[in-house]
Amino acid sequence: MRHSIAVWLGALLISAATGASAAAAGLREVQALYLQIAQPERPVLSNLDPIPDDLGQAGAHLAIADNNTTGGFMGYRFVLDVVRVAEGDLQAARAALADSTAQYVLLDMNAAQMSELVGDDAARLYFNVRSYDDALRGADCRASLMHTLPSYAMRADALMQFALKKRWTDIVMVEGNAPEDALFAAALRRSATKFGLKIAAEKTWIFDGDLRRQAGAEVPLFTQDFGDYDVMLVADEHNDFARYLSYNTWLARPVLGGDGLRATGWDRVNEQWGAAQLQSRFTDLAARDMLDVDYAAWAALRAVDEALIRTKFAERDAIRSYLLSDLELAGFKGRPLSFRAWNGQLRQPIGLTHASALVAMAPLEGFLHSVNELDSLGADAPESQCKAFGG
Amino acid sequence: MRLKKPALLLCVALMPTAGLGDEIWVSNEKSDTVSVIDVDTLEVVREYPVGERPRGITFSRDYSHLYICASDSDSVQVMDVATGEILHDLPSGADPEQFALHPNDRLLYIANEDDAVTTVVDTETHRVITQINVGVEPEGMAVSPDGKVAITTSETTNMAHWIDTETNTIFANTLVDARPRHAEFTDDGSKLWVSSEIGGTVTVFNTADQSEITKIAFEITGVHPDKVQPVGVELNHDNSLAYVALGPANHVAVVDTATYKVLEYVLVGRRVWHMAFSPDDSKLFTTNGVSGDVSVIDLSNHKAIKSIKVGRFPWGAVARPTE
Repeated sequence: MRHSIAVWLGALLISAATGASAAAAGLREVQALYLQIAQPERPVLSNLDPIPDDLGQAGAHLAIADNNTTGGFMGYRFVLDVVRVAEGDLQAARAALADSTAQYVLLDMNAAQMSELVGDDAARLYFNVRSYDDALRGADCRASLMHTLPSYAMRADALMQFALKKRWTDIVMVEGNAPEDALFAAALRRSATKFGLKIAAEKTWIFDGDLRRQAGAEVPLFTQDFGDYDVMLVADEHNDFARYLSYNTWLARPVLGGDGLRATGWDRVNEQWGAAQLQSRFTDLAARDMLDVDYAAWAALRAVDEALIRTKFAERDAIRSYLLSDLELAGFKGRPLSFRAWNGQLRQPIGLTHASALVAMAPLEGFLHSVNELDSLGADAPESQCKAFGG
Repeated sequence: MRLKKPALLLCVALMPTAGLGDEIWVSNEKSDTVSVIDVDTLEVVREYPVGERPRGITFSRDYSHLYICASDSDSVQVMDVATGEILHDLPSGADPEQFALHPNDRLLYIANEDDAVTTVVDTETHRVITQINVGVEPEGMAVSPDGKVAITTSETTNMAHWIDTETNTIFANTLVDARPRHAEFTDDGSKLWVSSEIGGTVTVFNTADQSEITKIAFEITGVHPDKVQPVGVELNHDNSLAYVALGPANHVAVVDTATYKVLEYVLVGRRVWHMAFSPDDSKLFTTNGVSGDVSVIDLSNHKAIKSIKVGRFPWGAVARPTE
């Protein structure tokens, strides 16, 4: 707690200093805030993939650098404040927000905290960079909250399109114990129905021993009950046990989700469509791989920059409507990115990847849509539960 | 098919030096080679190993040297066209992607994609004259026919930067649609064409005052608009027509430069990048990155008449006429 306050104060001091120098240079200044409420870190079996301390923030910093290069030619600059508060301390987050004059706020916290914090505020524009939650884009949506991170539904639909394309129609599923696993599993079930597939059997992960020693013995038995099937879906958002499934299943079958085929907004293996340049800029800045939360933060501030330039620095309301109706953001995924007018979700291709390559980029060929093929991923306008966008 | 390979090898053996007919030279991004196509036979007659990830290529004025952006080798290579030997590397800055040769035949303006700079290199002294800060991911490069203006387009900053070649400083920045990739001057220098890959448009500027004359959009039946991604732009010999390579739309658009109307779309190979006219202006050669071949378009009827297998991911193309 003490630590996070120190960071917060530090951020405010830095911002005050940079603000003064920018004003002295006569530049137009755009203020952005990265607001994080720490989340409890779930203990997982493997120590291989620690969550980076600067997850998300590094993406925001890269966007600021990219934006300010353009700004250098056009006479403006973005200034980013980063405020991190302790687990569950919504009060401190609220206070930080009240202290900030930033109109564009990136939110790195859970779905409930976002809904609560954004409320009916129509003075700022918020971007969800951390939560995949479908309800946050549905019944709990907020008119001022945009989402640059894909939803569970978008990720589930990408996997399901792939299963259908491969004709892996006999599907089983293993679900983990975390609340996030239940949400993703629910999205996978809805997605199966949407694409006319059926999940024939489901099991919940029950082991609590150290699988690093026992996987070879336990997983074959656990998966033997499924009988024959084409493909196994795994809902394990923390990659706790999923990493021990591949090569240990009773039958030689592919695993989708978890540590099998991953469905993400961004992954280190993306290199086509100019992605290699974004990856190397990020690695130079952060000395690690770019993850999907980093990408979401990067895309949010790049979208704001694009909207400001194209509207000749319009006010917040005009920026919001530009983002919802006119934006065409170059996002290194092969298609222009835009926001869905019915819930503020960034339309984007979803990469299907394994450890060393991109297998496919959804929407896959053949999944048509009357308006935009990207809308074959996630909640489409007719089925959207979101009312705050006038739907 | 079985007969063809020995025949091709024979050609290579008999013609170790530059061929007799007109040629199209093509850089192969993922096989680190340059393929040479004979314009008359429409066959690959030679293939030369070059540096890593070759993209932009261009000839010196007398066609004795070929300059090659070897992006991953962080250098611009100079090849002796007669022998195919690499003579030396020019200092180029990191990750050179495209370049343009100044009409003085001496200065190369190079876009350094990873470093957000444009590097000016003297090909005689092999020295870097200066580096100019530009936007993020510079790519498209062009120098005006009178040599006074150099253009760099930056893909993430979405701008064309106008550089005064006398002072090597930027005197104007013009916004274009998302991810500008290529810039091309008309022969009289009065107009500049800039393609925007993600925006899906081509913007035409009046070079006198850098004002926008028009923005051309493209629409192909059966191809989703998101996949219409303009990259290469080439103007024909009298500048009456512009050809625009549309990337993953797998088509080349033919544009009337008087009305800026798209006249037709020609189906070519997959992910079309860049193009070169045959020296007699009868054919257009397109590099198709994903299908790994070069399409040949007959310009009398705008039909693709042949696809020629080259190396992996063909990218740049440039013509070499016979004297």
